[in-house]
Amino acid sequence: MTMTKLIRRAYAIGAAWALVLAPFAVIAQAQEAPDAMVKRVSQDMIATIKSDPLIQAGNEARIREVIEVKLIPHFDFMRMTALAMGKNWRTATPEQQKRLSDEFKTLLVRTYSSALTKYRDETIDYKPLRMSPADTDVTVRTVVMKAGGQPIQMDYSLTKAADGWKVFDVVISGVSLVTNYRDEFNEQMKNGGVDGLIKTLSDRNKGVAAK
Amino acid sequence: MKRPLQAFAVVAAVLVSGCASPPSKVDPLEPMNRALYQVHDVLDTTFVKPVAEGYVAVVPQFVRTAFNNVFNNIDDLFSAVNGLLQGKPDKAGNDLGRVMVNTVFGLGGLIDIATDAGIERGNEDFGQTFAVWGFPQGPYLFIPLFGPTTVRDGTGVLVRIAVGPVGYISNVPVRNSIYGLGYIDLRSQALEGGSIVDTAALDRYIFIRNAYLQRRRYMIYDGKPPPESEDEQ
Repeated sequence: MTMTKLIRRAYAIGAAWALVLAPFAVIAQAQEAPDAMVKRVSQDMIATIKSDPLIQAGNEARIREVIEVKLIPHFDFMRMTALAMGKNWRTATPEQQKRLSDEFKTLLVRTYSSALTKYRDETIDYKPLRMSPADTDVTVRTVVMKAGGQPIQMDYSLTKAADGWKVFDVVISGVSLVTNYRDEFNEQMKNGGVDGLIKTLSDRNKGVAAK
Repeated sequence: MKRPLQAFAVVAAVLVSGCASPPSKVDPLEPMNRALYQVHDVLDTTFVKPVAEGYVAVVPQFVRTAFNNVFNNIDDLFSAVNGLLQGKPDKAGNDLGRVMVNTVFGLGGLIDIATDAGIERGNEDFGQTFAVWGFPQGPYLFIPLFGPTTVRDGTGVLVRIAVGPVGYISNVPVRNSIYGLGYIDLRSQALEGGSIVDTAALDRYIFIRNAYLQRRRYMIYDGKPPPESEDEQ
């Protein structure tokens, strides 16, 4: 065996190991606990809102950009949309499902950014997480405290994915976002089918006012 | 108290029964409610919302908070009563403790010391008590200038107004001023939520109905509602 061959072989073995180990790196990353993730991301959002001059000036485009970069990667919009659609989800083609989840995502980003422009000095209290290591769905409970206002319960439902925990529902004072959209989606489906719903969502996202 | 509302509901049901689409279980009066919602929306946008916005703009936060605390303090007393009626002595004790602390040390309820001390509000009311006693929810109703409710919850509110302390004030202008302030206080709390509904909803009527019914269900089960099957809705 010549030296070159040996080196080549070492490289090959190295490459093979890299392939074997790569998934573990992903798993190591995924092992950030769901409550730790919610805390890190929400604190990061608050810090950004407080320090970013454009956001302070009420620039909605900038707020949306921050949401897209910092928040959206931690959401599972396919699952969220599927849950909001209920049994209608299976009647949609994969392309329709993709469009639905994209439009739903845009709607939620818009809603979230309009809510964030109203952020004052609320603080978040994180409740201890109750979960067993085998759980793949968990609820992270938080309470938003507002000076001079009543505390608001805000719970996040998360599911375990290959690249970390993903939020698939937000429950505010007992009102689930996903459940709240179920009837709305159903109603739109009754009137115009899947395409009707896609159209309503995209109209809303283009700024057409709701009924 | 319950009878007139029921009679009203029956009459309304007869009125709308001619409509084609099958009525939903929770909202059999939807056509009538939607019309009332439109009325409400106009009245609210034209009169109530501007007044609430003016109230927020003109009256300093600490004064508004103090008013809100006084109304909450009265609510806490009724929460204690309803906690007892539902057989939840612990919760009732908590609420009674809140009322005593806030009334004695919080200057008659102006300051909510109890929340700062970590004593949570029970948020019980007559509507929830009727639910715990097994009364059915009844049809969903949308009452202009009052908002979303159900026959059961609306009956609860009527009971609350009938036995509430403000009704015992004999000076009519004073009494009406307190009702008015309470109303604007309540409306001002909902200003931010309202603008979120405007962005989030595909159909505001349905969005508000769902949020209301979900919230009430959550409160009835003290924050631990049993999972709901998809078809149940």
